[in-house]
Amino acid sequence: MLFKVLGKKEFTTFIELLLNDTEVIAPKQVGVDTSGKPLHQYLPVQAFTEIDLSYETTEYSAKTYFLPFRENLSTCSFLDMVWDRQIKYRVQPRAIIGLHACDINALLKLDKVLAGDRFPSPYYISRRKNTFIVGIDHDPCEGGFCQAVGADVVTHGFDLYLTDLEDRYFVAINSERGFNVLQRVKTREPTARDNNDYLDVRRRIAGQFKPLEVHNLPNLMDIEFESKVWKKWADKCLSCGSCAMVCPTCYCYGIEERVSMDNAESAKVKQLYSCQFLDFAMVAGGHNFRPDRETRLKYRYYHQHRGFVEAYEEPLCVGCYRCGRVCLAGINPTDIIGDLQTEYQE
Amino acid sequence: MTSLFRPYYIIQESEMAQPLDYNRRSRLKHVDQVFRSEIINIIPLTDMEKLFQLRILDGAERERFSFLPGQFVMVEVPGYGEIPISISSSPSHKGYIELCIRRAGVVTGILHKTRRGAVVGLRGPFGTHFPIERMRGNHILLIAGGLGLAPLRAPILNVIENRTDFHDVHILYGTRQPDMLLFNYQYEEWNRISDINLKVIVEQGDESWTGPVGLITDLLKKIRLEPLETYAIICGPPVMFKFVCAHLQREGIPMDRMFVSLERRMHCGMGKCCRCNIGSTYTCLSGPVFDYWTVMNLKEAI
Repeated sequence: MLFKVLGKKEFTTFIELLLNDTEVIAPKQVGVDTSGKPLHQYLPVQAFTEIDLSYETTEYSAKTYFLPFRENLSTCSFLDMVWDRQIKYRVQPRAIIGLHACDINALLKLDKVLAGDRFPSPYYISRRKNTFIVGIDHDPCEGGFCQAVGADVVTHGFDLYLTDLEDRYFVAINSERGFNVLQRVKTREPTARDNNDYLDVRRRIAGQFKPLEVHNLPNLMDIEFESKVWKKWADKCLSCGSCAMVCPTCYCYGIEERVSMDNAESAKVKQLYSCQFLDFAMVAGGHNFRPDRETRLKYRYYHQHRGFVEAYEEPLCVGCYRCGRVCLAGINPTDIIGDLQTEYQE
Repeated sequence: MTSLFRPYYIIQESEMAQPLDYNRRSRLKHVDQVFRSEIINIIPLTDMEKLFQLRILDGAERERFSFLPGQFVMVEVPGYGEIPISISSSPSHKGYIELCIRRAGVVTGILHKTRRGAVVGLRGPFGTHFPIERMRGNHILLIAGGLGLAPLRAPILNVIENRTDFHDVHILYGTRQPDMLLFNYQYEEWNRISDINLKVIVEQGDESWTGPVGLITDLLKKIRLEPLETYAIICGPPVMFKFVCAHLQREGIPMDRMFVSLERRMHCGMGKCCRCNIGSTYTCLSGPVFDYWTVMNLKEAI
């Protein structure tokens, strides 16, 4: 990896360069919660001042720019009983500024499923390759357990990655595209002091995480398959699906056909779904393979912490804790994993 | 000033320009593109099920389309939706494929109302298949319950076409009532012409029913097996294949010589939508055909 040092003033110039050239998505404060804490989202911005890189976390992940909540897969036009199909892929370039390590790691996990060697998705790949990603290091967010699932450090999946050294940024360059864009502004080679400061910041960040025991979790999930823990938490679950909506790695979906009012056109629409919804696994004829909340909640965790590990040697969860924050019933991954770990110790 | 980012056009990738072939799973392709297919014949089987014969309209696409017994296709009726259906015809048959479809929901409902000549979309084939090649030189048990005969018909026809490769072939088929029997016009051919031991049983007989009444396992008990030289394919509801497999296991057939086909909700067929997950195994990629050992290890399967 190549590294450069970028002054704060040059960074402003750099962002303005992007703003003048392309659509820029960045963390933006959208309000405050009931306790006065600022709320952020990844949204399109027009000016440098709209961007708040000191944000702790965003309510939604940035996955919507790669896997939109609703996407037209194809449209069909009907003419004299004959139908014809059109497919379009999104190609407009876009830049996302200020993604945290967990969200970039989430994209790498999505890449495995959606851009891997089994039916790669042109819809996803087209969006992914047309998105320029600038990540940034940050202090751990409240509740986040990314370190426990190995998602607090990121070594690829981005174009540039910034670490704030107070008066300057330490920049990791991971693509030719990133290298070329960075050449438009003044940078310098890192000195021994820059390297030292960078490593100090990384150490400071790494030391702040609260530990979460995830040792042997895939096997534990199998042993705890009939555990009372699932019922305890599922009894509170409202099956609203919010956890999947805010999750940076949940990718499951449903397809529905939408017909225009004049019956001249129909669209095959992909809409992100949630495994917590009642009809998630219901088949024609009415049989439901996951009729109760307990089973559905369990399989969300099963997929993230066991199934994905089996397939890709790593959990699907990146520990961003958005699901825990958004849940109206107070269901959260740290407490569930904690309960599973301690059930046999009591 | 030149633009910072050159747009990436995925349609310019050479793989995208290749003819559409779902058997090349690792290749980039228009995953939502369909083979336009014409319904050439509709054969009513029972009150609930019809057999649809579909021909891919484009000659080159039709020539390229190939599948193995046990695989399925996604059938799309534009404006209504898309559903997974297992293929009921023989893989060696090139001109058209046959799909046995029960009237159960929106898409199957409109298919049952549609007439010969209608054009639908077809994607596939998807999923795993019954390893018929591996079964050569052995006895074959083909066991179906209810609608399970639809996916089982492909391996049945495949075995019949290669009858000399196998020793004894048994087809056991059970339904609830006699009027629910599928493909009853073909039993004679399978039984007599193809030298196959075909036995049909129903749970409840009616006035005209002269055959045996009971469960499919009753038929199984009457067959003398050579367990280490036998392969079994079982298609039917979970409760049925669970009992059948347990029986066969007691008889000594190894679990990796028994194959079942599982049914799940599917929206993509390509391991993306997660709707068919059993635990976290994709039925569309690792299934729908599984050996029984794998099924035993899928906690949600039965």
